[in-house]
Amino acid sequence: MSKHTLATLVAGLAILILLPFTQSNYGVFVLCSWLVYSISAMGLNLTLGYAGQVSLAQASFMGIGAYTTALMTMAGVPWPAAMIAAMVLCFVIGFLLGYPALRVQHHFLAFITLAFNALVVLMLRNEEWLTGGTYGIVGIPRPELFGLQTQKPLAFYFFVLALFVLMAVALYAIIRSPWGRAFKALRENPIRANSLGVDIRKTTLLAFAIGSSYGGLAGSLLAQLTQFIDPHSFGLTISLKVLLMVIVGGAGFFFGPILGALLIVLAPEFLRFTEGYYLMIYATLVIVLMVFCPTGLLGLVERARTALKLRQNPNATTWEAGR
Amino acid sequence: MNTFFQLFVSGLATGSIYALAAIGFTLLWQASQTINFAQGEFIMLPAFFVLAGTQFLGLSFPVAMAVAVVLSLLLLGLGFKRIIIDPLLPHGVLPIVIATIALGILMKEGVKQFYTAEALPFPALFSDRTLNVLGAAISVQDIAVLLIALGAVALLQLFLNGTKIGRCMQATAQNPNVAEILGVPVRRMILYTFLINAGLAFLASILISPIYLAKFSNGETLGLIAFIAAIVGGFNQIRGALAGGLLLGVIDNLSAAYVSAPYRSAVPLILLIIIILVRPQGLLGKAEGRTV
Amino acid sequence: MTKRALASIAIAVALSAGLPNISWADTIKIANVIELSGAGATVGSNWRDALKLAFEEINAAGGILGEQVEVTDYDTQTDPTTSRAMVQKAIDDGAYVIMGPIYSGSVKVNMMVAQQNGVPQLTGAEAPFITDMGNPYIFRTSFGAQQSMPKLVKYLTEEMKVKSVAVAWVNDDFGKGGRDSFVAELEKNGIAVNADVSSEVGQADFAADVIKLKSSNADAIFAYLHEEESARLLKEIRKQGVTQPIFGETTLMNQKVVDLAGEAVNGVRGHVGLSANAPIPGIEEFAKKFEAKYSYKPDHNAIKAYMGAYVVKYVTTKNGKVDRQAFADALHGLTITPADEPGILMETSWDDKGEVNRESFLVEVKDGKQTVVTTLPKL
Repeated sequence: MSKHTLATLVAGLAILILLPFTQSNYGVFVLCSWLVYSISAMGLNLTLGYAGQVSLAQASFMGIGAYTTALMTMAGVPWPAAMIAAMVLCFVIGFLLGYPALRVQHHFLAFITLAFNALVVLMLRNEEWLTGGTYGIVGIPRPELFGLQTQKPLAFYFFVLALFVLMAVALYAIIRSPWGRAFKALRENPIRANSLGVDIRKTTLLAFAIGSSYGGLAGSLLAQLTQFIDPHSFGLTISLKVLLMVIVGGAGFFFGPILGALLIVLAPEFLRFTEGYYLMIYATLVIVLMVFCPTGLLGLVERARTALKLRQNPNATTWEAGR
Repeated sequence: MNTFFQLFVSGLATGSIYALAAIGFTLLWQASQTINFAQGEFIMLPAFFVLAGTQFLGLSFPVAMAVAVVLSLLLLGLGFKRIIIDPLLPHGVLPIVIATIALGILMKEGVKQFYTAEALPFPALFSDRTLNVLGAAISVQDIAVLLIALGAVALLQLFLNGTKIGRCMQATAQNPNVAEILGVPVRRMILYTFLINAGLAFLASILISPIYLAKFSNGETLGLIAFIAAIVGGFNQIRGALAGGLLLGVIDNLSAAYVSAPYRSAVPLILLIIIILVRPQGLLGKAEGRTV
Repeated sequence: MTKRALASIAIAVALSAGLPNISWADTIKIANVIELSGAGATVGSNWRDALKLAFEEINAAGGILGEQVEVTDYDTQTDPTTSRAMVQKAIDDGAYVIMGPIYSGSVKVNMMVAQQNGVPQLTGAEAPFITDMGNPYIFRTSFGAQQSMPKLVKYLTEEMKVKSVAVAWVNDDFGKGGRDSFVAELEKNGIAVNADVSSEVGQADFAADVIKLKSSNADAIFAYLHEEESARLLKEIRKQGVTQPIFGETTLMNQKVVDLAGEAVNGVRGHVGLSANAPIPGIEEFAKKFEAKYSYKPDHNAIKAYMGAYVVKYVTTKNGKVDRQAFADALHGLTITPADEPGILMETSWDDKGEVNRESFLVEVKDGKQTVVTTLPKL
């Protein structure tokens, strides 16, 4: 990591720490949702961007995580246990959902995960004895840290920020590890990866499992943030929203989903002045972005950087310039 | 038994609506590996073209229909292909998925914003008089929709197998590179497919809207069901979409009656997962050489 | 490098500090937190249009206490979580009163935020729990289901001598809420529920549902679904030749259901809290104004919003000041009559829980027209 990157990171973190002090309660709420969705999108980025496994079920894992946390904390289980349980449960279910990916790929995998998401929502709605049905669960407690309540927006923001940084560092470590390289090999060419000794089976399943547990943690935090959950908060549209964050930011780039989540969460804020038209403008922007830059915003940045380097050194191959 | 027959007949009628929506999916997939997540909205929109023509421009119903056909072909066929699909095609499945989802939102919100959020009645082409067939009640409208869905599939098959253009389109769908070498104007063939899809969307729209009401949000449920029907029936066969649609219509009714009403929409989803895992080419589809 | 980083922090912080702040300048801020997209967009649009109409009238007539009213729309996207955030935003923006939302699931979540901040909220929601939570800032604009269902069940038992009912409902928080209060009321009166049939939003085929209703052999059918699904259900009921009488609450007899289902709606009876077809001069006049401006027919949600706007005007004028606490205090136990304020359309009272009380109607659809059978008095 260069000195330059380090300084940027420190500056970024400093902004994240100072920013909420300038914001109203609503502003802090928006920042919290951004961080929460970033965690979820980081997980999907691992499954989709790094390992190349299409999943449209991230919202269902957020749901499983949210309900696990809500039900356990409301039954008196301490919050760290509940949140770890949520992540473990999502890890296991994600591992199982990875099995179809061993048989089918690409769009077929997308359809299966999409169907899975819809089934989870149906269960959350219909199993009223457990989940409270269509009314959802209200009054989910926020965690207490060393005797400190996070009921206040600011306190909770720092709780979310701490977990966000923790998860980001963990993800960075995973990507840099041999596992991370195995994920990328799987994405680029599964057959070659296999011949190079990558255990395709284990790698695929793990990509799903780890990505899903990120979703689970995000769901857990979302339940505590809004203190209310219902089945529709974890429907297909939310899965597509998380997918949009990953793609818009740039799938396969470390900061892609974080940037994507920022744009998607903030878009309604910036477009609110257009009143009824904001969803239309938002949709148009997405189409335009996809048409002109299907690799997302960070893909655009990288393309520009490559072009610049090629101009400075016309003899370099594209491959060298991309380094 | 009587009950079962009524459920079966009603299911077929609803299923033929799903089938009409599903055929377009199949066509686009064959021609250009495009998954159109806005297909439901494609079926929602043409009815509003017709309504706008009669309400704002004062056109008579048949003229408004003619204008709506042209608009559908231009916007949902040509425009959709040129503006959205062509630039995205080289980049794989995901950008198209995202862009068509956004397109669906755009169409839905556009209708809501510039027209109305209300559901509007749409003139029926057929009477909804009820007939009694072997103890089961079925309306003339139901029978007409079923016949038109069957007819559309038959005509399409005839066109694809019996005409030169049709065979060129099939060649393009099977292997664009080889087709190109053999002198098939591949790009034009793909365009024809998009136009046919737009035409089918129009047809589905005017058949469905009298039953569903014209409403901006109609595409939401319809798009998903059509999509499941297309995969279950077979993504690479037009008659597969028909079979899938009819099957879903019947299964939905049977599961609501005999399994569990709250879980009725789970049955098609489970069917979808099983089909993909066991027989990814769909019930009527032919296995493709690709490792999909 | 460090300098640049520091500078960028400074800029970011400075920029974010410039976000809107609370100002009590010369306008009264009304926050319209309402369903403008998602499943509730249709009812939300009715509400928004009527609210706009009412405040335009109020502003044209000189505003409230000489101040103009500024209405801001906040779209809940029919999502409880978003609605909660929007209420928070509305309060940060300095809302005097919050109008909406209509979906009970959303109100359940966001009314706590309004309560914590002491901001009065006039909601269009009808689920019973809303006024049972001891929230002194929440007020309804129409009946809670726990008030309308007893009126209907009383009619079923006393006038129709019904002993058993088959219930058809849509499986979302609207349908489930109505179904639960109706079934609870039936149980209280010792009426059997022979069939309990749920359906999905956007469902096309009601053959299976109707077979279950028909084979239940209940004395009557009660249907509680959204407009489009109601119409499809009624058509299928007629198609299969069901003979039991059909009852509903508000939506089933709605003009939109009549437009779609045509003859199939004839003979359907039920209880209507507010209706654009009510034989009340104020409501008839409102419906005309609304249709002239927006070229579609208002539903009961539009009437709720219109009345709500005039409640804000009347109570604030009566208090002589723009004060949230005074507003909430004054509206508890208040009765407003059209003589006091024509915009209220019908005499309406609020109790100490924020529950509404006014006349309502038993209607029957005859020849495609909603006709009032009896006007039910205030409780």
